[in-house]
Amino acid sequence: MTVIKDSGERSLPTPFTQEHQELRESIRRFVESEIAPHVDEWEQARWFPDELFLRCGELGFLGLKYPEELGGQGGDYLHDAVWVEELARSGASGGVAAGLGAHTGIATPPVFRFGTPDQHQRFIVPAIKGERIGALGITEPGAGSDVAGIRTFARKVNGGYVVNGSKTFITNGVRADFLVCALKTTEEGGHHGLSFLILEKEMPGYEVTAKLEKLGWHSSDTGELSFTDVEVPDENLLGEENGGFYLIMANFQWERLLMALGAVGAMKRLLETAIEYAGERQAFGRPIGRFQAIRHKVAELSIKAEVGQAMTYNALRLFCEGQDALKEVTQAKLFTQRACVEVADEVVQIHGGYGYMREYGVERALRDARLGPIGGGTDEIMKEILAKQYGL
Amino acid sequence: MKICCLVKEVPDAAVQKRINPETKRLDRSGEKNLNPFDTHAIEAAMQLKEGGDVEVDEIVAVTMGPDSAVRALHKAVALGADRSLHLTDGALEGSDVAATGYALAKLLESESPDLVLLGQQSDDGECYTIGAVVADHLKMPSLTQVIKMDAAGGKLTLERQAEYGYDTVEVELPAVISVGDAINEPRYPSLKAIMGAKKKPLDTKSTADVGIEADRVGEGGSRTAVLEINPPPAKESGEIIEDEDTNETVEKIVAWLDERKLI
Repeated sequence: MTVIKDSGERSLPTPFTQEHQELRESIRRFVESEIAPHVDEWEQARWFPDELFLRCGELGFLGLKYPEELGGQGGDYLHDAVWVEELARSGASGGVAAGLGAHTGIATPPVFRFGTPDQHQRFIVPAIKGERIGALGITEPGAGSDVAGIRTFARKVNGGYVVNGSKTFITNGVRADFLVCALKTTEEGGHHGLSFLILEKEMPGYEVTAKLEKLGWHSSDTGELSFTDVEVPDENLLGEENGGFYLIMANFQWERLLMALGAVGAMKRLLETAIEYAGERQAFGRPIGRFQAIRHKVAELSIKAEVGQAMTYNALRLFCEGQDALKEVTQAKLFTQRACVEVADEVVQIHGGYGYMREYGVERALRDARLGPIGGGTDEIMKEILAKQYGL
Repeated sequence: MKICCLVKEVPDAAVQKRINPETKRLDRSGEKNLNPFDTHAIEAAMQLKEGGDVEVDEIVAVTMGPDSAVRALHKAVALGADRSLHLTDGALEGSDVAATGYALAKLLESESPDLVLLGQQSDDGECYTIGAVVADHLKMPSLTQVIKMDAAGGKLTLERQAEYGYDTVEVELPAVISVGDAINEPRYPSLKAIMGAKKKPLDTKSTADVGIEADRVGEGGSRTAVLEINPPPAKESGEIIEDEDTNETVEKIVAWLDERKLI
């Protein structure tokens, strides 16, 4: 099968520059040599070692967007975008990408943005080194998309809070050293009664009640947590008391962009896998890539990946320029997550029986992709946001 | 001690290599990268510096090439070099290995390095010879295909890959050493190193700046001329020995090998 080679003389896609390209090469080489070879083992073990956080910390990947004073690399959101896209693109598996991504993409950003200098020292500095692992705790058994329905309650006492309640579907929940936790600080809760407290693993009453089994993302740990009279000091209050709803909303755009970037990376990888397989696999005396049925599938998949990338990079550009990108981010998240499931499904089909087997990793990609239309805001919520944007 | 690392900008490994029929030279358009073998040379220099057995004052990345070769230098600096040196001049275009080696040697003379390191081959031309040519001009010992390097007492102890095993050799400095990719695993440049690379000093030199004689470089100054380029001849089809009677098959294979004096 002849593949048209990119002449390489075209400019890089906006908003990326040569510097991002070099970072991409560095991350790609790291993922290909230190993560991808272990993914099967880690998927089977339903866990990847904590040492991976330390290694990523040592290489500076956990602090790309944080300032050098805190041990970061002094970069910005775009560098983090490269990190997330490349984890998916170079074969880190959905699970490993989720574990590392939850730490860098959703757990630490609110602490950095709204935290005190003391909180930066206690949580961000060790998080950048990979010495303390973070998780974000929002979802509860009875509150998913409806965050105003959070029931975990922090009762104010002298010098701090006493927390009771539970969280579920928490990525890194089992291993996390600290949990950036949304809870209600008024009896009524709701939009004006939510706050964030940073809970620490060693606090009495903080308990991991289950490590959840999932359809995909097997190498990431997804935890269920319970809090019984957990005493949390005032210095662990993140941002303003009762200002938690704003904190939740503040990072949603970034979280959704990260999910879109992950899907873009995964789609590119899937497409390459399919093209390679179609060129090698023989049936009826020729490579299956010579059959129109397969050729047309590949052509269509390439467009899905390309459109997804164009939408995501555009939303990313707007977001990084500080413009209102709610509509574009929502569209990119909605489109890419569904597209990635469809691409993965078609790539399994191209692989035939081998696609259904573990060997080629495409069945895993399909299972891993399925979280996309659910996590970080469901497809249905995305559509509601979009309709609202159009005044409906 | 000053280490100079020779680096080269080459077409990226993913780009299909083609010969330009008009110039009879490699078509170097398309995406480019730092020659992967040279990244091992820089890593070797970094390990000498960090190892503490010798005092390394600086590591200088050195290249000859067009304007775009600056990117290869930036990458070399991101991998650890302290500064870089770029020899660029239209007069150098089309230089063969001997002319390139001469030009690089003149450039290196201006730096007086204690050690010159380079990758054993470039990912494009794959001549494996540039180190030896440079060493000859600099009147320094040349060692090639080195896969292990230890420093002690002003000497380097090296292991080089030879045809039938490994040679362990000692060399006094200054020397020119080309390394194989088995010598180390180059580090992953951090974002800080990548961003910092453009801020490190980069000197650009022309042929006149370093006393290169114009008639010894470029297409005109090269002593080789490419007359014709042909694809390698197609392989002859092999002989298939069917295994009907194993004893007989073994005899046939032994006879076949014996005929060719392979056993």
